Amino acid sequence: MLRTLLARLHQRHRTMSYPDGPPPALPGRFRGRPLIDVAKCPDDCRVCADACPTEAIAIDGGVRVDLGRCLFCTDCADACPTGAITHSPDWRLATSSRDALVVAAGEELRLANVLDERLRRLFGRSLRLRQVSAGGCNACEADLNVLSTVGWDIARFGIQVVASPRHADGILVTGCISENMTLALRKTWDAVPPPKLVIAVGACAISGGPFRTNPQQLGGVPGAGLPVDLFIAGCPPHPLTILDGMLRMLGRLQRDGRVPGLTPDTARP
Amino acid sequence: MTTRSDPFAALLAIRNGDAVPWSRIPELSVAALHDVFVAATDAELRIAAFFALRRGGDAGALRMLAVLADDAHSRLLLAGAHCPSLEVDSVTPRCPQAQLFEREMHEQFGLTPAGHPWLKPVRFARPLHADPKTAASPSIGVADFYRLGGEGVHEVAVGPVHAGVIEPGHFRFQCHGEHVFHLEISLGYQHRGVEEALLGGPSRGSIRQIETIAGDTSIGHATAYCHALEALAGRHVPAHAHVVRAIALELERLANHCGDLGALAGDVGFLPTSAYCGRIRGDFLNLSALLCGNRFGRSLVVPGGTRFGIDAAMAAELRSRLETARADVTSAVELLWTTPSVLARFENTGALSSEIATVLGLVGPAARACGEEFDVRADHPSGAFRFLQLPIATAQGGDVHARAFVRWLEIQRSIAYAQELLSVLPAPAPAPSREALVLAADHVAVALVEGWRGEICHVASTDHSGRLDRYKVVDPSFHNWAGLAMALRGQEISDFPLCNKSFNLSYCGHDL
Repeated sequence: MLRTLLARLHQRHRTMSYPDGPPPALPGRFRGRPLIDVAKCPDDCRVCADACPTEAIAIDGGVRVDLGRCLFCTDCADACPTGAITHSPDWRLATSSRDALVVAAGEELRLANVLDERLRRLFGRSLRLRQVSAGGCNACEADLNVLSTVGWDIARFGIQVVASPRHADGILVTGCISENMTLALRKTWDAVPPPKLVIAVGACAISGGPFRTNPQQLGGVPGAGLPVDLFIAGCPPHPLTILDGMLRMLGRLQRDGRVPGLTPDTARP
Repeated sequence: MTTRSDPFAALLAIRNGDAVPWSRIPELSVAALHDVFVAATDAELRIAAFFALRRGGDAGALRMLAVLADDAHSRLLLAGAHCPSLEVDSVTPRCPQAQLFEREMHEQFGLTPAGHPWLKPVRFARPLHADPKTAASPSIGVADFYRLGGEGVHEVAVGPVHAGVIEPGHFRFQCHGEHVFHLEISLGYQHRGVEEALLGGPSRGSIRQIETIAGDTSIGHATAYCHALEALAGRHVPAHAHVVRAIALELERLANHCGDLGALAGDVGFLPTSAYCGRIRGDFLNLSALLCGNRFGRSLVVPGGTRFGIDAAMAAELRSRLETARADVTSAVELLWTTPSVLARFENTGALSSEIATVLGLVGPAARACGEEFDVRADHPSGAFRFLQLPIATAQGGDVHARAFVRWLEIQRSIAYAQELLSVLPAPAPAPSREALVLAADHVAVALVEGWRGEICHVASTDHSGRLDRYKVVDPSFHNWAGLAMALRGQEISDFPLCNKSFNLSYCGHDL
C-alpha cells in the first residue's frame, strides 16, 4: 500500500493542459506537411515526384502534394537537388474532404470543418466510436491507444472507443482495407445506427498508403465505398494530429486552438 | 553425406548477414532435407525459414529453401531441394516446427505436403503471382474448425473485429463452462500482399512496405531488410550508423515492453502500473521521434546506414531522458512484483513447458520465459551487437509471470545497453549515398534481427539480373501464435486477454 502511494507521488499528475494550454512539444526533426518552394525548382524537374514511394507529388499543371498518400518519409526531400522541400512542424493535418488533402505548393491546407449544427449538437460533447482495423500495420492503432492514456486522456472530451457498433456514433477506420477485411468492415458499418460518422486515420485508410498498388487491398475507406467525414493524414498521424482532427470536427477548437466553454478547472480530472 | 563430427556438414554454413551464390547451396532430395530437419530439431537447432520459390531457369519448377539456426555455434545452415512434383511428403509428423511453413508453401505455391496432419489455410490468400481477376481468393474464415462434442461443450467465437483498438483476427474456443479445451487461431485478415509486392524489386516503395510489415517493429524489419540488401550489394555501413540502428532497436523494444507490462496490469485490474506504463511507453516513443522525427522510427534505417545521426547534444539529451524514463518505469513496474493480487493472477496462468516451446520452435521473450537461452543479439550478432555484448534474459515456468518478468529484465538491460552505446558513440558518418543498390545476381542473403517479439528472419534471393525473385519474411509472430494457442489449454476463458497480452503477437506481421 505504502509502495503504491510512493509510486503515485513519484509519477505525479501528467494529463496535458492542451488545448487550454500549449500543445506538447514536438521534436526538432518532426515531419509535418512537406512544403515545396517552387521558386527553387529547376525547369522541368520531376525528381521529387519520381522519388515518392506513393506518387503523392504531381508536377504537371502545377506542383501539388496529396497528403492523403504522403507517408511523411524523407524520400522527396532527400532527392531534391536544390533543397526546395522541407517538412513543416505543423501537426494539423485533418480535412473534411479528400480533395482538400491535395494541396498546391504555397497553398494553405483547408483544415476540417465543424460538423453541421444537427450533428454537432448530437456528437459535440459525446462521441462514441467503434474502431475497425483493416489491413494496416498497427501503428495508427498504437497512437490511437495513446490518446486513452493519462497523458492525453481523450475521455475528458467525451470521446470514447466502444466495444459494440450498436453503441457507436460512428467508426474510426485504420488500414488499407484488405480484401479479407472488406466484409467485416461493411458489417460493422451497417450495424452502427444512423446518423453516423466515418473517420479515416492514416495514409492507408485514406488511400492505401504504402500498399496502394497491391491487389490484395482496396485503397482505403474511399475504395471500400464508405462516406468519410474526417480524413486524418499521416503514417501514422501523431496523437496530436488525431486529437486536433477530432476536436476540430466537433467544433471544440476555436481558431486560436482553444476549447470554447471548457474552463481550465473543468478541463482537468 | 553427414559425418559423425558434424552431422550437418552437408549443409552450407553461413553467418547472419552473409550473402552466398545460389550455386554454393547444397541441393538435397526432399527426403534427405526432411531427415536433416529431424536431426536438426533433435539437436535443438531451429527452423528460421523454410519456404518455396520459383527461380528463372527452373522452367517453372518449384524448389524449397531451408534456413536452420544453430544458435550454439552462431551459424545458419542452408539447404535447398527441388520438388519433383506438386506433391511431396510432409515432414510435419516428424518435425512439428515445420507445420506452418508447409501450410504456407501449400497456400503460396500449391505444393501439397502429403500426410500433413492439418493442411488448413494460413492467410486465406491467393497463390503468389496469381492474377486477382481470375484466381479467386479463398473466403476468409470459411474453413474446418476443430470441434469438440459432448454435453455442455460449447464454442466461443471472437473476431475478426475486436472490442478494443486491436488488429483483426478470429479466435475459436472449445469450452466446457469456463474451461478451455482448445483454442484455434485463424488469421489472414491483415494480408496486404507484401511478399508479392517485393518480387522484381527492390523498387522505390519497397522499404516503405517493409517498415509497415508490423508498424511496432519498423526498426526491426527495416534493419533486417537493409542487412540483406547490403550483403547482396557489398555495401559498407559506417560504425556510427550501426550504433544508431542498435539504439533505435532497443528504443523500440523499450516502448513495446513497457506498454505491454502496463496492459498486463490493466488486464488484471491493477490500475497504477497500467496508467503509468501507458504514459511512459510514450516517453520511449518520443525518444525515437527525437532521433528521427517519427515515433515509430520511420525513415531512420536506410540501405547503407541511417538517414539521421546522433550528435553530442542529442546523445546528451537521449541519455538524460533515458535516465528519467528508467526511474519512472522502475517505480511503475516494481509495483507488479510486490502486489499479491497481481502475482496471484500472473503466476501459473498460461504456462508453457520448455518442451512445448522447443517442439513448436518459439522465439523471443516467449521462449526465454520457458528457460530457452537464445537471442539473436547474442547468438547471431550483427552491427553494433558484434562489438558490445548483451546478456540474455531468461526466466523459468513459461507462465504469464515469466513472460512479464523477462520483459522487465529486458527493459533494464536495454536501457543500460543504449546508455553504453551512447557513451561510446563513433564519429557521425555522412548520409548514405542515394544511388540504387546493385545486387549480386543469383545470390541468397539471410538477415536475422532480434525484434522485441523475437527473431525476425529475412531471406532475399536474386535472379540472374540482380532483381529479387523471392523475398521471404518470417516475423517472430509466425513462430509464436501456436504457442499462445497451446498456452490456453486447460485455462479459463477469462484468462485469454491476459495470456494474449503476455505474448502480444502481431497480426499484420504474420499476415504480411
